[in-house]
Amino acid sequence: MPLRIGIDVGGTNTDAVVLDGRRVVIAAKAPTSQDVTSGILTALTGVLHAVDADEVASVFIGTTHFINAIAQGRELGRVAAVRLATPPQSLLPMIDWPDRLRRVVDGGVYVCAGGAQFDGSPLNELDEAGLRGTARQIAASGVRHVALSSIFSTVNPEPEIRAEEILREELPEASITRSTLIGRAGLLERESATILNAALLDLAGRVIDGLEDVVAGAGISAPVLLSQNDGTVMTLDRARRFPIFTIASGPTNSMRGAALLTGIDHGVVVDVGGTTSDVGVIQHGFPRESTVAMSLAGVRSNFRIPDVLSLALGGGTHVAEDGATVGPESVGLDITREARVFGGDTLTFTDIAVAAGAAPIGDPAAVSDVPADTVRRALDIASDRLVRAIDKAKLTSAEIPVIVVGGGGPLLNAVPRLGDVIIPEHADVANAVGAAFAEAGGEIDRVYALEGTTRAAALESAKAEAIARAVDAGADPEAVRITDAEDVPLTHLPGGGAVHIRVKAAGPFRTLVAIPEGH
Amino acid sequence: MRLIDETALADIALGSTVLGSGGGGDPYVGMLLAREAIRRHGPVPLVDVDEVPDDANIVFIAGLGAPGVLVEKLPRENEYAGVLGELERFTGKTYSYVCPAEAGGFNGITPFATAAVTGVPVIDADGMGRAFPELQLVTPTLYGGRSTPLAMLDEHGNAMYLTSETNVWSESYVRAAVVASGAHAAVAVYPMTGAEAKQRLVRNAITLAEDLGRAIREARAAHTSPVEAVLAKQRGVLLFTGKVEEVERRNEGGWTVGKAHMSGLDDDRGHRMTVHFQNEHLAAERDGRVIATTPDLIMTMEIDSGEPIPAEEIRYGYRVAVVGLPCDPHWRTEAGIRIAGPRHFGYDLDYRPVEEMSR
Repeated sequence: MPLRIGIDVGGTNTDAVVLDGRRVVIAAKAPTSQDVTSGILTALTGVLHAVDADEVASVFIGTTHFINAIAQGRELGRVAAVRLATPPQSLLPMIDWPDRLRRVVDGGVYVCAGGAQFDGSPLNELDEAGLRGTARQIAASGVRHVALSSIFSTVNPEPEIRAEEILREELPEASITRSTLIGRAGLLERESATILNAALLDLAGRVIDGLEDVVAGAGISAPVLLSQNDGTVMTLDRARRFPIFTIASGPTNSMRGAALLTGIDHGVVVDVGGTTSDVGVIQHGFPRESTVAMSLAGVRSNFRIPDVLSLALGGGTHVAEDGATVGPESVGLDITREARVFGGDTLTFTDIAVAAGAAPIGDPAAVSDVPADTVRRALDIASDRLVRAIDKAKLTSAEIPVIVVGGGGPLLNAVPRLGDVIIPEHADVANAVGAAFAEAGGEIDRVYALEGTTRAAALESAKAEAIARAVDAGADPEAVRITDAEDVPLTHLPGGGAVHIRVKAAGPFRTLVAIPEGH
Repeated sequence: MRLIDETALADIALGSTVLGSGGGGDPYVGMLLAREAIRRHGPVPLVDVDEVPDDANIVFIAGLGAPGVLVEKLPRENEYAGVLGELERFTGKTYSYVCPAEAGGFNGITPFATAAVTGVPVIDADGMGRAFPELQLVTPTLYGGRSTPLAMLDEHGNAMYLTSETNVWSESYVRAAVVASGAHAAVAVYPMTGAEAKQRLVRNAITLAEDLGRAIREARAAHTSPVEAVLAKQRGVLLFTGKVEEVERRNEGGWTVGKAHMSGLDDDRGHRMTVHFQNEHLAAERDGRVIATTPDLIMTMEIDSGEPIPAEEIRYGYRVAVVGLPCDPHWRTEAGIRIAGPRHFGYDLDYRPVEEMSR
């Protein structure tokens, strides 16, 4: 019987599960290691003793490592942002970033004449000499990653492509991320995602090298796939170049996992981790998506990502000695050393919940001396925050189920006024279960000439082709669906006009032998 | 008089997105432009129209073009600061106040960028109480106000000075010039005196935008419905609740034009809605019947967060409430309906107020 393995690399724990269909065969948990991979090895070893590695048909990995790196401003590369536009520009790249992140990533902002008009015609002639001068400045600054953007590159990518050639000639050692490959219309958002992608490249290279080694070292020869923001998967080779496409996959996986573990298709999901509780909503078994301008660690993005409210309340959250303040600081990774129940000196939310009898974690005797007033006050604060977040997440005042998952899930047993919450079996590894049920996707991103056809016909044909690609990638033809569709008319092209169509389709894997779209 | 700082700007930007009625350009971009200018030059005074001397010269500042262009070809301070000087050079007059032509969208904010750099105050009024796609569609037109002399400045350094016989002519000339510039340029337009402003403008339009922005922000904080808050504030009508199924959109003739098609959710399940736009939303069509038209405001807002979603940003899969808000009384006159009603935009329909038409 072919099995699938789901692995979730969270900020605190790395979980591995082996699934036979929807049944969890075995699950294991290990602390997330700084290098990511040794944590995965420990978790994998924990499950592989129970199954035969040859029976594993595919390995699905979800990780919040990259978004955590952005949120904490750690392990990021410095990036030079180069924009092709009309100099001087007023709204420069990173203009609306949080200062803390900008200080870490900003490796210089450069504007060169170039870009396109809305109809694809040139905005300015590309200033090739100026661009070579910019490249020399970047080289002299020691920055090795470049994020390149061009006005209306979504309509006419040629200036950006030409500029990339020039930069490659001048900066053979540098990475260059081109904005058209990352995002859609909306220059600041596309540019921000491009810069973050460039900042993550070194880290992505290290992490993915490690992933490959550790899976191969465990004797697994099955394909390894990484969860993307939109709930589909990509190959590790693609992830090396486009780590930005993974950064919102954590909430998707936890909510999908909650739905799969409970069989509930509509509900509120609370994922309690070490540092935060993330509250989101599932509808028809999938996360509700945000609409405009969602923030990724404080940076505006126009990616499609789940609509999640993050509370600074997790297992490692600091609690004042009198219980009057809870968070926002957390001991994070160090919970197994710092929390009282683990022999440490810091009073955490875990200690409060254990003292209230939520779950026997660590040494409950170590918190028997915490005053009842402290416990009551801290739990009241936690309850207020959670009840408000859950109310906000609900679409209507109608009662819908609340599913609690995540490593800290059992802690909520102690929190008053939450009503009936469902904590499914294996709730602590819901992310890994969700990762293992990521979908196969197919995408069409192409310019259609409208000679002898219509926009509507071209769109229908693109949708059919995207569905066919998703099916080729392994999606069940019965369950595949269109998840995104947009078209941009290109009036500058000769021959009766043209339209740039982007369509995405996705569906659950029909079988477990996953061969994703080859790019 | 009060000073507009960064916090007030954020509320104004949010509220002016609602008043943008689907168009007007992305106020977020305008907010960044004004915020940078205010950070460098200090807060901007906002004055009531009654504080303006009758003989003072004032002028509208606006960006003209396609909203879909503005989010790519980002505005530059250079043009918004420079266009006032171009008009002064042309007319030989000094303009001591600026005012938004439209409180809706990007143009609700752009005068603050001009004001921060040049040091003149902004008047708490506008010429629409919303946003419209054409230059002649302002309340001064209803009183014989003239759009010219006007000055226009684009990012390539091209400046244009124009005098014209009618406001419709100046729209035609300016539109052609805006297309030539790449669908975005700054204009200083409708020069008028303080006395004229008191008669012709929609008063407190910026305060209205700020109030709407605050209402949305406070509803979010209180976990009540921001959509309901906006409807209550403006005696509006919920026209439809649904999911976007298809968007047809192109940048054409200096505008962003198209349609958004939706299928119903909740009480509207089984029904369909099409919102028509030319920069702004012009008509809302439910199951083939038009239930709201210009000059009333038609706006799409994300169902839960109440985030107003302009026509250039609406996308497949968005879950939106379509709301109809009554326009300023200036527009519900015979002259107002003649120049800004459905027939002006090619819809063979009589205007009826949204609160009746949607019934």
